[in-house]
Amino acid sequence: MLSYLLRKLLLSIPVLFGVTVIVFAIAHAMPGDAVLAMITAEAPSSEELIAMRRGELGLDQPVYVQYLNWIGQILHGNLGRSFVNGRGVGDIIVERLPITLELMGVALLVAFVIGTTLGVLSALRQYKLTDYSLTLAGFVGVSIPDFFMGLLLVYVFALELRWLPSSGISTAGENFSLLDNLRHLILPAAALALFRAAIFMRYARAGMLEVLNQSYMRTAKAKGLKPRTITLRHGLRNALIPLVTVFGLALPTLFGGSVVIETIFQWPGIGLMFIDSVVNRDSPVIMGYVLITAIIVMLANLATDIVYSVLDPRVSYD
Amino acid sequence: MTGLETLARGKVAPAPGQQPVLSIQGLSVEFGPRGNSVYAVNDVSFELAEGESLAIVGESGSGKSVTVQTLMGLIRKPPGRVTAGRALFRGRDLLAMPDSELRRIRGRDIAMIFQDPMSSLNPVLTIGLQLTEALREHQGLNEAEAEREALDMLALVGIANAPQRMRAFPHQFSGGQLQRIGIAMALVCKPSILIADEPTTALDVTIQAQIVELVVRLQKQLGMAIIWISHDLSLVAGFVDRVAVMYAGSIVESAPVDDLFSATKHPYTIGLLNSIPSLTAANTRLVPIKGAPPNVTLAPTFCAFAPRCDYAEARCREQKPPLEPVAAGHTTACWRWREVDHLPRSLAVASGAKPAVAAAQEPLLTVTDLKVHFPIRRGVLRRQVGAVHAVDGVSFEVMRGETLALVGESGCGKSTTGRAVLGLERPSAGSIVFEGRDYAGATGEELKRRRRDMQMVFQNPFGSLNPRMTVGRIIGEGLRAQKIGTRASRDVRVSELLVLVGLREALRNRYPFELSGGQRQRVGIARALAANPKFIIADEPISALDVSIQAQIVNLLDDLKTRLGLTYLFVGHDLSMVRYLSDRVAVMYLGRIVEIGTTPAVFGAPLHPYTRALLSAIPMPDPKAGGTGRRIVLGGGVPDPSKPPPGCHFHPRCPLATEICTKVDPARRDFGSAVTGQHLVACHHAGEAAS
Repeated sequence: MLSYLLRKLLLSIPVLFGVTVIVFAIAHAMPGDAVLAMITAEAPSSEELIAMRRGELGLDQPVYVQYLNWIGQILHGNLGRSFVNGRGVGDIIVERLPITLELMGVALLVAFVIGTTLGVLSALRQYKLTDYSLTLAGFVGVSIPDFFMGLLLVYVFALELRWLPSSGISTAGENFSLLDNLRHLILPAAALALFRAAIFMRYARAGMLEVLNQSYMRTAKAKGLKPRTITLRHGLRNALIPLVTVFGLALPTLFGGSVVIETIFQWPGIGLMFIDSVVNRDSPVIMGYVLITAIIVMLANLATDIVYSVLDPRVSYD
Repeated sequence: MTGLETLARGKVAPAPGQQPVLSIQGLSVEFGPRGNSVYAVNDVSFELAEGESLAIVGESGSGKSVTVQTLMGLIRKPPGRVTAGRALFRGRDLLAMPDSELRRIRGRDIAMIFQDPMSSLNPVLTIGLQLTEALREHQGLNEAEAEREALDMLALVGIANAPQRMRAFPHQFSGGQLQRIGIAMALVCKPSILIADEPTTALDVTIQAQIVELVVRLQKQLGMAIIWISHDLSLVAGFVDRVAVMYAGSIVESAPVDDLFSATKHPYTIGLLNSIPSLTAANTRLVPIKGAPPNVTLAPTFCAFAPRCDYAEARCREQKPPLEPVAAGHTTACWRWREVDHLPRSLAVASGAKPAVAAAQEPLLTVTDLKVHFPIRRGVLRRQVGAVHAVDGVSFEVMRGETLALVGESGCGKSTTGRAVLGLERPSAGSIVFEGRDYAGATGEELKRRRRDMQMVFQNPFGSLNPRMTVGRIIGEGLRAQKIGTRASRDVRVSELLVLVGLREALRNRYPFELSGGQRQRVGIARALAANPKFIIADEPISALDVSIQAQIVNLLDDLKTRLGLTYLFVGHDLSMVRYLSDRVAVMYLGRIVEIGTTPAVFGAPLHPYTRALLSAIPMPDPKAGGTGRRIVLGGGVPDPSKPPPGCHFHPRCPLATEICTKVDPARRDFGSAVTGQHLVACHHAGEAAS
């Protein structure tokens, strides 16, 4: 197991290296640069001033030199400084990442619990009304993209019913309180969770149906166990195994989803930061964001492997 | 042995023949929507006395499993429906009681063991938990008490190191051990009835012998009644009291075991017995039951066997025959039972002996010191730390026109050898010379050319045919790949092939799922024959088929060999079929050939102790053959092929093993004579044993 993890980590080094090349190439290929973005926003400036600013930011150097400088910094644990406000990219991410993780974590947890429960229920009531209704709801869920779901939720619960706030992580002008924060969390988390709950539900239903047909379920029944024991002890454990993979795959899509959702709800996490930095052509921040999310996704995949081997004793890595 | 005494004390075994513990009366079960039903069980009645053992024998789809699963409440409703009947357990109707009540009988009074021990145990739970949960459920024991009972039971079924093994998971056991655990699991609550649903079908023949012996011993110790479901008449002949034969959902014949074999009445039972090649009698041609398995979607208003029956007359197709008593305890459902020639095999003898074809003394294939090792890699750098010695130095010749059989238990390397000969596995060492050319390790074009001359018939006709291709395309694919002929000529060839293997030409546009198992295997054979090969490797070509169909396929293979002048390498584990089909036999154990010789020599005078044990483990279709007593039951299972024992690989299980066997790998010595032909045996004690 340990050697497997070690090997995986070693293999992730070239992958991360590839990520840096692609990220840098994309950031560089974007039309305009940070200096031009600033200038159009402010007063028009002379050619000399533009050249001077580019010189300060190192944008006048050949591309490969810029890349090597950046990589050199990263290897020293330094993600560089924002072109816009001069703050360390690492500092900005450290400040904003927990805010995003709160949103993603809650959304993922809620989606998993609701989706799995309903999926198992649906399987147990196969071809009954409950199953049909849940399957229909699931179809609706996977058909609504999360940005649209976000707008829908804002319209209904914030604008029409005025039950919940629609932006920010806390009410402006008030002292920060957890309760207030959670009220702000409900809508964006729901927007992210509903789509994924629908996906978990479909996989949980399929997984449970497959398990219900296994001979060990028949053995359990033949022993005279209670239906609840059969479902939970013998069924659920096995049905959960394939869901771990789905869970692991949901993580990268959540980063993508959070970019959109954070923009809609003005949730000041790294997703919002990323959009701002794209607008400002703030390439150090863009590259820092992509690199950090890539690392998190890789670690999540590793965690998936570990959870897999815990749930399924037949899986052993070596 | 206090464990045994406690277990035995719980129950007083009444003499067989008293009040029945279970009485099934007129049970009918259908599946699917009304009006479009599958008639799975039709008006089945039988009784089971305390302590009695009853075998229900039938082919797939005969309703034998559905019958017992219905009374256990294990069939799913819907789609299943009990349309009539009662199942009285000590006077209480199992079919009428609510599931919450039936649940208390299931597992406590009536327990069940299943066919495939690998899939019938939960892979993610420890066997300790799976053993104790029924005890805790039914007897309200606490964890420690339940664990003690479970340990006693594990010891009783012969699992060594029981306390440690309680924490292990199913995948950490071999198939034979798992079935022992499955039996322990069924018996923890000391039921009065044990239902065994084909419990040995997924196991090797020597392990099968172990399991049968175990169940018979436990039945005596615990005084329980047994219903043993099987497709194999020979297997149950040795140890049950009574046999009920089922066909298309109905019992067609039921009799005490001796009567069933000596005074067989129903044409189907006779047909079944004729389909089994004898291990001792002269090689007469097999008489298969003609036609295909029954269509169970027709309402059971006529004799379902009529379309395949030589005795069928108009009445049989119009009216369903009732079960009639023909002798004490012997009933049969046939309108013409009085006229039926009741002696099985009589027809077989009449149809004459199997024609013997003398094989040429020129080798078509010579395999020398073939090794196939699969590397085991570990660690960060995936360094090779060992190898599974699947095939470990195998040498043999196949003469032009003969059939050589490779036999042995699962994991002995017989299939890998076959695959390596065809180039589906890369040999690690050794040479494979076919028609004078060594092509071991050949790739690409050379291998493709080889495959024009040699083809394979695969074991599983359900998995080995592409479900998205029509029969015609499957058969013609090899021709296309080899660029043989034109499109039109290939079409003609496909038609020829269909006729050759006994299929209607109209089947060429069908898909595999529309065919029966026997038809599919015929397609598999036609596919192999497409490019006119000289050499066919048949990898267990009949083991996935029903008994009555097996004989058809074996006869077909035999005919084709004579007509097309083929040479066969037959890989198999069914030794009676091997004896019937092959000219010479090579017995493999753990990657090596331990004995090779002509079929009469190996079967008539086996010299290697493993061959002897293997032969003795074959069930005989004769209740008087001595049953379990005649067997040499080997201890343990086949060792891990990545760590084969030193010296003779067989020594840990060998009754003759001495000091030298643990150290020196025995060389092959020839014990043959001018009469018997070459007979090589790799055993230090072979000579002594023969004298």
